[in-house]
Amino acid sequence: MSIIEIENLTKAYRVYRKKEGLAASVRGLFRRNYHDVMAVQGIDLNVEQGEFVAFLGPNGAGKTTTLKLLSGVINPTAGTARVMGHVPWKRENAYRRRFALVMGQKNQLWWDLPALESFRLHEQIYRIPPDQFRKGLDELVDLLELDGLLEQPVRELSLGERMKMELTAALLHSPEVLFLDEPTIGLDVIAQHNIQQFLKFYQEQRKITILLTSHYMKDVAALCRRLVIIAHGKIMYDGSLAGIIDRFSGHKVVTLQFAEDRMPDNLDTYGTVLETVAPKAQLRIPRNVVAQQLATMLAKYPVEDVSVEDPPLEEVIAEVFSQANRAAGAEMAEGPSCTTAS
Amino acid sequence: MYDRVVSNWTIFRIALEERLVYRADFAMGTLMRFLPIITQIFLWQAIFLSQARDQLAGYRYKDFVAYYLLTMIARAFSSMPGLASGIVEQVRNGEIKKFLIQPIDLLSFLLLGRIAHKCTYYAIAILPFGLVFFLCRDYFMDGFPDGLTFCAFLCSLIMGFMIGFFLEAAIGMIGFWLLEVSSLLFIYMLFNFFLSGHMFPLDMLKDVQLWGDWSCFDLVKLLPLQYLAYFPAAVFLKKVEGLELITGLCIEAGWLVFFIIFARCTFRMGVRRYSGFGG
Repeated sequence: MSIIEIENLTKAYRVYRKKEGLAASVRGLFRRNYHDVMAVQGIDLNVEQGEFVAFLGPNGAGKTTTLKLLSGVINPTAGTARVMGHVPWKRENAYRRRFALVMGQKNQLWWDLPALESFRLHEQIYRIPPDQFRKGLDELVDLLELDGLLEQPVRELSLGERMKMELTAALLHSPEVLFLDEPTIGLDVIAQHNIQQFLKFYQEQRKITILLTSHYMKDVAALCRRLVIIAHGKIMYDGSLAGIIDRFSGHKVVTLQFAEDRMPDNLDTYGTVLETVAPKAQLRIPRNVVAQQLATMLAKYPVEDVSVEDPPLEEVIAEVFSQANRAAGAEMAEGPSCTTAS
Repeated sequence: MYDRVVSNWTIFRIALEERLVYRADFAMGTLMRFLPIITQIFLWQAIFLSQARDQLAGYRYKDFVAYYLLTMIARAFSSMPGLASGIVEQVRNGEIKKFLIQPIDLLSFLLLGRIAHKCTYYAIAILPFGLVFFLCRDYFMDGFPDGLTFCAFLCSLIMGFMIGFFLEAAIGMIGFWLLEVSSLLFIYMLFNFFLSGHMFPLDMLKDVQLWGDWSCFDLVKLLPLQYLAYFPAAVFLKKVEGLELITGLCIEAGWLVFFIIFARCTFRMGVRRYSGFGG
């Protein structure tokens, strides 16, 4: 049985729509136009115990709404979801003691007090036995290199340090399911890398189930084997990281280095030229003709070095998003009953 | 049960520590509470001088001073600065989410925080309060009450604190429906100021007839706001005694239960329609 089971999960918001201008504002005092925003539209998803799943999607796609539904912050409009056998929006303490939600943009610690005080509170409200608390805290302090920071007021910590404290607070009660909503947002490259390394190690060691939303492809590539792409409230893709490139990218990026600075001037006959800086050229070639075009070029020109790569993940994801936008645009043109955005 | 006590103690202890972080603000807030009462005493002094009468609606000048000193204590218990607006702000900026995902009850958490707030306040304010009462001891012309009345006074204060808390918490829950409630809070504060007895002793309204035998005071007595200031002061000054005192305390307890249930229901309903604003 899956640890997370989602069936036809739907969340609609009623949103006030106001036209531009003072006259519209005055009219709005007497009569308001509302419309339904479908943040999540009939999602079906199963996650097995120990999986590390990335939720990707453009802003307003429904990623955070899905996490809010699964963590019981909001109630759905329709559909069902069970996490470890619990219905999240019943908000039973038995469930709340088994999961954690970390939001990159939200502080859950006591702002004016040292993080240790918040950890003490978690020890009590999550009913963590004292020896387990001490051991867990020591381990997390060691892994996240927080030594010397526990007695410092949270407001005086850097963003990276604060995120580490948030993670510590979230993990002290050893949750079986962890929801991470953009945990590396706003962090510098080193802090991002540290958090990634920590999450990777912790998940591998504990085999907990993690659902991560992030806009940073490096987070996703470093951590998750399974990728769920959500756009306009619907799941566009659910599969492996490698699979998405196979499915959504119809081309490869071929880089050639020509001998003796002899750059052919008709490269565009083999594919789309992305860049030429003698003696190197980069071409985008449809996947089905890569072998043929490459063989032709190797036969005709003196090539010193060649590499054939998949396009960058960011590019593929952007392509998926634009496909989703086009599909949503077509749906709207057919006559929308509601708007899709958030 | 033991776990819950330890949890509550931890919340209380941390709230106490947080209260002591901003020392200057804390000291100012404690001492400034005495300012409004001084202006009111001067106001009534001026009224008495202009009227050239010993009594106004059964109150002598010294009775007024004693009444105001007592309402100052009652208000120190029942006033909840920033509670409703704090809840609304938490709903608006999304901080309320942590109370939905963590095994912690928002109302209990806020109540413990408020108790910590009041305890810190009284720990510091007891000295100036004591000094003011000592200096003004002659204003209590009928002397201090007996032990039983004093216990009833304490009961009314504690219940006044709880009513004040749950009433304002319920108002704060309106934030789940309306994201801007500052005007609503202003109206509430206005009614509170007049109908709690903070501005003047409510029994002065006995002479204001509404219809039949009903006076304005009879109407105001039906409201819960009187328990926030007037009722405890009236108990101390023995204006409410015997059966009337017991009935008054029972009605106050009834209002308290009503507001506990009301605040819990509005929270539950609010959470059901919550949209998870603020990211």
